[in-house]
Amino acid sequence: MKIKSMLLGVVAGAIITTSGSTVAFADTSDKRIALSNNYAGNSWRQAMLESWNNVAFAAVHEGVVDAADAFTTSENQATEQAAQIQNMILQGYDAIVVNAASPTAINGAIKEACDAGITVVSFDGIVTEPCAWRIAVDFKQMGRDQVKYLASRYPEGGNLLEIRGLAGVFVDDEISAGIHEEVANTNFEIVGSVHGDWAQDVAQKAVAGILPSLPEIKAVVTQGGDGYGAAQAFKAADRPMPTIVMGNRRDELQWWLEQKEATGYETTSLSIAPGVSTLAFWVAQQILDGADVPKDLTVPFLRVDQESLEEIVKETPNGSVANVEYSLEDSKKVIQAAK
Amino acid sequence: MNREHLRALLPFMSLAILLAAVFYMQPRAMSYFGLNLLFNLAIPVALATVAQMMILMINDIDLSIGTFVSFCACVTATFVQSDPVIGYAILAGAILVYAGMGAIIHVRKLPAIVVTLGMSFFWAGMAILILPSPGGSAPDWLRTMMTAKTPFLPVAIIAPIIIGLSMHYFVKRSALGVLLRGVGGNEQAIERSGWSVLRLKAVAYGIAGLLCVLSGMALVGLATSADANIALRYTLLSIAGVILGGGEFTGGRVSPIGAVVGALTLTLAASFLSFLHLSSDWQIGAQGAILILVLAARLIFTRREATI
Repeated sequence: MKIKSMLLGVVAGAIITTSGSTVAFADTSDKRIALSNNYAGNSWRQAMLESWNNVAFAAVHEGVVDAADAFTTSENQATEQAAQIQNMILQGYDAIVVNAASPTAINGAIKEACDAGITVVSFDGIVTEPCAWRIAVDFKQMGRDQVKYLASRYPEGGNLLEIRGLAGVFVDDEISAGIHEEVANTNFEIVGSVHGDWAQDVAQKAVAGILPSLPEIKAVVTQGGDGYGAAQAFKAADRPMPTIVMGNRRDELQWWLEQKEATGYETTSLSIAPGVSTLAFWVAQQILDGADVPKDLTVPFLRVDQESLEEIVKETPNGSVANVEYSLEDSKKVIQAAK
Repeated sequence: MNREHLRALLPFMSLAILLAAVFYMQPRAMSYFGLNLLFNLAIPVALATVAQMMILMINDIDLSIGTFVSFCACVTATFVQSDPVIGYAILAGAILVYAGMGAIIHVRKLPAIVVTLGMSFFWAGMAILILPSPGGSAPDWLRTMMTAKTPFLPVAIIAPIIIGLSMHYFVKRSALGVLLRGVGGNEQAIERSGWSVLRLKAVAYGIAGLLCVLSGMALVGLATSADANIALRYTLLSIAGVILGGGEFTGGRVSPIGAVVGALTLTLAASFLSFLHLSSDWQIGAQGAILILVLAARLIFTRREATI
């Protein structure tokens, strides 16, 4: 993944590291890391496991660590995952990287792992047990970043249409709150808001329904998985195409690429890369290596922009999500940013 | 050694074989610490299994155990922790609801499988009402009890032994236990000899409810907090545990110690598969295969039983 560094997004992009690339490989060569995953039933999780296999297995091959085994529970249940983590303690792993079924229900097992001297790093599905490290997603920031991008394109402001996710879900509230907070600092005005349920067909229907009642729309803020549907709705209504922020889905990026080639259409796209599992892997490796890592880290967003679009579309399989695998240097940058 | 002995020994043999295999693959497990990690999550499963056994004993089946234990866990992590009086009142009320459920099933001649399935949605809803998002925390005494460092044997071994022996004494030796088994074996005979089957069934359900409450509390003590979906697996695990332990669906024929051993075997089977590094895609199937294997072994014994 040679383009990875330029994609690393807000955090990595903004930070200039001083640590360089001095790598203390030898210190962790006898350490064993396990991945405890609670669910593998959708394309995001499949991509997540694949990324782990690519990066962690390569690290084993190069002798950075001794083992990096991935375990997935057969049913998405907290008790099962707690038992799985206890088994990992018995198997003598030095670090456990966990995507948790529940933020609280496996705390007992996590605590037992910590007490046994094991480093626990949780990501995506994080745990609340204080002894574990957390690599969390800042969904609010995701909302803010969309508006920031739009504000840089249109300092004069304009009308925004907001497409929200699934009502009642915490992620939806967070992203939307971020958008609204940032809009207050700009000249934009949100003139309409619909729920797209993170699905293209639902978003298309919802946008088509509200469009006749709206004035001219400058841009559309989204939550991912809804940009393509919104574009189709605007096209069907024969309205001027606004700047639609995309969410890294392959169909969205494909559409953007076609528009870019046809009319020079410009936008941005951001979401969380499933490769965050590899970030967690390197963070665990760093902690084992003795690095001073803050307990709370934030996942950088994977951002696709006008220049990187072609390459990412080429690399993203149909029906999947744009992905990025993190390297040791990337993880050091993330750690540095959190300090 | 006669067939009855063989039958009773089978659950122990399955557990011993699995345990030997686990020790062979992971010698680290052969220690105080290792045994505790292997079996401590089996304590709530064992309690849920003997609860299920109470219901199977009177010829019914309970499909709400998983959600009911989750509900009890949620109450324990919230009310019992913050306002003990209200918390215990809710749990006591829940046990009464369980007993009432048994009474209604008997009086209205309703199929237990339908009533308990319906109740499972009720408990799931209540659990979400009490704890809308995962959280809560375990009462300190409970956490201390579940993580106690007992001499010689870890809690994870002592607790199942206590559960097994006390349930064995209750079911096999006490007068009430004999009557309850009688209800499952031949309801009419019990009724004709002047006992109230209604009351006995309510008692059986009430005891099952009490055991589920204990299971939920033990689970919170181990997990330190709760989640409305924390114990959903227990419904099927508990049924499998009873059958694996030598019980029958036909009522009256149960083995409390066998049920506890069955619960331990199921817990161990999952660990065994994970030590094997078996891919998760195969794990459910492999778990089923172990179950079928043990049940097939039992079938061989029962066949022999018929020929002798």
